[in-house]
Amino acid sequence: MSTLTEAPPPLSPPAPRKRPPRKRGRWTPYWLLLPGILWLVVFFAAPMIYQASTSVQTGSLEEGYKVTWHFVTYWDALSEYWPQFLRSVAYAASATVLCLLLGYPLAYLIAFRAGRWRNLIMILVIAPFFTSFLIRTLAWKTILADGGPVVGVLNTLHVLDVTSWLGWTAGDRVLATPLAVVCGLTYNFLPFMILPLYTSLERIDGRLHEAAGDLYAKPSTVFRKVTFPLSMPGVVSGTLLTFIPATGDYVNASLLGSADTGMIGNVIQSQFLRVLDYPTAAALSFILMAAILAMVTVYIRKSGTEDLV
Amino acid sequence: MAFVNWFKRNLVVIAGLFTLAYLLLPNLIVTVFSFNKPNGRFNYEWQQFSTDAWKDPCGVAGLCGSLSLSLQIAFWAMLGATALGTAIAFALVRYRFRARGAINSLIFLPMAMPEVVMAASLLTLFLNMGAQLGFWTVLIAHIMFCLSFVVTAVKARVLSMDPRLEQAAQDLYAGPVQTFVRVTLPIAAPGIAAGALLAFALSFDDFIITNFNAGSTVTFPMFVWGSAQRGTPVQINVVGTAMFVIAVLFVLTSMVIGSRRKRRTA
Repeated sequence: MSTLTEAPPPLSPPAPRKRPPRKRGRWTPYWLLLPGILWLVVFFAAPMIYQASTSVQTGSLEEGYKVTWHFVTYWDALSEYWPQFLRSVAYAASATVLCLLLGYPLAYLIAFRAGRWRNLIMILVIAPFFTSFLIRTLAWKTILADGGPVVGVLNTLHVLDVTSWLGWTAGDRVLATPLAVVCGLTYNFLPFMILPLYTSLERIDGRLHEAAGDLYAKPSTVFRKVTFPLSMPGVVSGTLLTFIPATGDYVNASLLGSADTGMIGNVIQSQFLRVLDYPTAAALSFILMAAILAMVTVYIRKSGTEDLV
Repeated sequence: MAFVNWFKRNLVVIAGLFTLAYLLLPNLIVTVFSFNKPNGRFNYEWQQFSTDAWKDPCGVAGLCGSLSLSLQIAFWAMLGATALGTAIAFALVRYRFRARGAINSLIFLPMAMPEVVMAASLLTLFLNMGAQLGFWTVLIAHIMFCLSFVVTAVKARVLSMDPRLEQAAQDLYAGPVQTFVRVTLPIAAPGIAAGALLAFALSFDDFIITNFNAGSTVTFPMFVWGSAQRGTPVQINVVGTAMFVIAVLFVLTSMVIGSRRKRRTA
């Protein structure tokens, strides 16, 4: 996570400091922490506990809810909405892989090949952050519109025949299909992949590449044996930063998808804000949280990078 | 053959520029369609060039109101999150105390949680407390989720600070307050500024958490969301284009100032 906002290393490394020095005022750190931590406890941690208790309540809006340890809600929610769960994971995973494939060359370009264009490209990657992402997502509706240029080109190249056969698109439509949703997800989370990749690539000493070349490694071998392994921290934090928010997203599926492409975020949103079935909604969001935590833990173990935070 | 070789050598550049194009294509569309004169309610098809929307950006009911509300919330969320977050960052980097690990994970978790989960649980809390959803609940929520990002940004900067500078100040008989104001704060300032800017942008653009906790209050992203169902006015694209241009200009100027200052001190 820290890779996103980490400052570039200073020219002269600061003196090594094993532990923060003890200062006057034993209570100072607590006073500094108190307001912010209180805020997080009251408005982040406590709500999670409230939600846990809501998920095992029964009752109705009119009569009020009571904790009855009604765990069946979890089972009911899971058996009714498992397609949306699977879809969320599938879409988010596809978007994450696409983000990595698209983002890596750009991060590499900025880190090693951009020269004096580096700052400009960096600005162009970050600036869309400041334009409303909803407006930009709506623009995809125009880009992928039926009969528009993108659909026309894909049709002429018979790409849509293949994707329809795979079930990614429907007929000669792209909008309101899984492909459109994944395209939107990839687009929206791409900067979250590029920035960590860039920070980890930028830290690589260029002399390592030269050394590998001097030892007769082909450029592809240099990439495979030197560059990519050294950029692993960026790959891991980039994929996490894309996958986690993409799984819970409901904006792309609402704007670019159809009823058949609903993700779990869409279900949670409508249960909370339209159906007003709070126990089911709370159970769903708890299952989502647990599933993501489990997947992330396994992933971090497997990738062998523990020091993410 | 020469072309194939050239293509091979520049494959990374070509692929990178393709990604850049993918990133910027929607911005291009938003800019182009801000000059459209749509036929009906929906601004999805190109009709005719017109500057009407640029001449009258507030011509749509509710748009400028929601925009100013979003700016206000973003401003207060930025102030709140920066103040609370900077204090936490300093405490974490500079002091040794119990429960550091627990506090570190409490700060990491909001960034690692899908927004729907946070939004929904906060809504359960507000409903349980019987709080009136609106400006205040949105502000509380925004400060909550921006806080972690500010802490991370400031922490990175404070960590890379040379503690010898502060020791030097103290050797020169500067008191703790004087050291903090004259030495520590100026060095940490870029990190604090980055955190504040991030908080502002995150809050201004947030939709999911606002959607859950705003009640009937309409921020700018909520307005855009609603208009996607009712019909998107051209003015939305005008605002989108203006924000992009302002962001680029802002970053460019800050970079120019930064490089000048660096040249002067070098």
